[in-house]
Amino acid sequence: MLRHCPPKPSLYRVSGFVRWGPMNTGMPDPSIELTDVTRNFGAVRALDGLSISVPAGSVAVLLGPNGAGKTTTVRIITGALRSNGGTVRVLGEDPMIEGDDLRGRIGVVAPKPAMWDRLTGEENLSFTAEIFGVPKSTIYDAAERFGITYALDQEVGGYSTGMRTRLALARAVVHDPEILLLDEPTAGLDPESSRAVLEMIRELAGKGRTIVMCTHLLHEAEGIADQVVLMGAGKAQAAGHPTQLAAAYMKHPKVVVDAENRPTLDNIDAHPAVMRAEWNGALHLTLEDIDALPDLVTDMVNGGSRLTRVEPQLPTLEHLYFEMQRSLREES
Amino acid sequence: MSWHRVMIMARIDLKRLFKSRDYWIPMALLSGIFFVIMPFVLLSMITGITGTNIVEQVGGVLNALPGPIQDNLRGDTPEAQAAYAFAVYLLAPIAIIVPLTISSAVGAQTIVGERERGTGEFLAHSPLTDTEIYLGKLIASLIPGYLATAIGFTAYSLIVNFRVGPEMGGWFFPTAGWWLLILWVVPPFIAIALSIILWVSSRVKSTAAAQQAASLVSLPIIIASYAIASGLLYDPTVAAFSVGAVAWVLAIIGLVSGSKALSRERLLGVGIDG
Repeated sequence: MLRHCPPKPSLYRVSGFVRWGPMNTGMPDPSIELTDVTRNFGAVRALDGLSISVPAGSVAVLLGPNGAGKTTTVRIITGALRSNGGTVRVLGEDPMIEGDDLRGRIGVVAPKPAMWDRLTGEENLSFTAEIFGVPKSTIYDAAERFGITYALDQEVGGYSTGMRTRLALARAVVHDPEILLLDEPTAGLDPESSRAVLEMIRELAGKGRTIVMCTHLLHEAEGIADQVVLMGAGKAQAAGHPTQLAAAYMKHPKVVVDAENRPTLDNIDAHPAVMRAEWNGALHLTLEDIDALPDLVTDMVNGGSRLTRVEPQLPTLEHLYFEMQRSLREES
Repeated sequence: MSWHRVMIMARIDLKRLFKSRDYWIPMALLSGIFFVIMPFVLLSMITGITGTNIVEQVGGVLNALPGPIQDNLRGDTPEAQAAYAFAVYLLAPIAIIVPLTISSAVGAQTIVGERERGTGEFLAHSPLTDTEIYLGKLIASLIPGYLATAIGFTAYSLIVNFRVGPEMGGWFFPTAGWWLLILWVVPPFIAIALSIILWVSSRVKSTAAAQQAASLVSLPIIIASYAIASGLLYDPTVAAFSVGAVAWVLAIIGLVSGSKALSRERLLGVGIDG
């Protein structure tokens, strides 16, 4: 009765290389391109043939559990870490050769943003402006953007976690970088500040900046990701626009249905359009095809159901993430 | 490499350091004890000696000093000669101990401290080159020690001239040997110690480990530099200049090789053994 149709991820993955490019040939040249990159820490292989391509002016979200290699990827992009193999190109340059210049064009927010605690927020930002060779006036715009201006004259040691994160975000954009690498940027932020960060990402992407955001908070990637890269065990297990991934991994639409007279829906899983039916507060249906929904509703009404709810479910990243993980587990 | 960015790095460290009372108060105390309190008390006691027996004992002590020192002693009385010997020859180690101790304490935590605080991650992703970071930290470690020495040495000179000068017929300090010590010999010895300490600081896992290692490194250097400084003061000749020159060469070699120990990966804590 309940069927499972495995997706065909191989359509999107060739020898472990996950590429968005072939399906988006009109996209600009990649700002960041990692090809078959490996990195070992002793006996631990943190990156194991990672390949990703992030077009200029797009937002890529690296999703994955702890230890998936997200932070190592960020560090390799800036050239702070050497790769043990593979090729890395950032803004057309090799970070291991042109790293010092490249880092001047990149802004980074680390997972646990650290500051010089004895210095004030203003002093921390001023030194950043000096290091990046931009006028001091830029620090006030950056601070204003993240609502931390009021605390600039305080020592950072007295900041809360949220204030530190906001200062770190301001620090990352002081020099108006071409690439912004955000490693768990909303960790420790209240909902309002988190929203400000996501708005900032949208705004910067709108101005042509390339953004890579690492997160394990799936809802954060909703609506801002041009590309989602699902990372696991140091590899990109799948990548693409959320819609493309949904098409690949969540082919069968879901609909939530409810009725005043619920028993009339008991045999709905026998309907040819329905692949799976589960009661979970309401009736959650998995359909063969969304086009079958009007006929299904007609049949339910004709069968005597007094429907109170027919709600097609748009796939969220969270659904997608777990569907992809399940699919990849089954495949392996 | 940009010296402007080197100085930015140095200023960050110095500003942080001078805002940290727990760093500079002990340093100021150390400098005050060695350059001001100890000399003042000792010289006051010596110049205030009365009583035949004590004067005879002081005379005996002076006779035990090396020949070159006895030849160069100034003063008409045993008390005056004893005060001169103390001021010019026997307190020489303070010029080495104070800057070395202070610079070692600062240098030991400078790189590992960035890693512990997490600010190493920011520096690793910054456009500063490894050399700029290293030199910035070297300068930031040198300045507190040498600044303390400069201020302390000035105070020491005033104390010596005020307490012993009247016995010598006027101000006489610093002598040529002390100028040579402060300007030519002390700086390279601090640099040698720091080249080793920064190398250690970039490789150990914690500030505590860095400070333990730094104290082990500093001790033989203090002993060696004390011996050399004493010898230099006894006889500030061409040989003394040569000793300083050799120290400078060793310092430059140490700093060049030490600079290679700092890498971005080490700022991130990668490849640091427990």
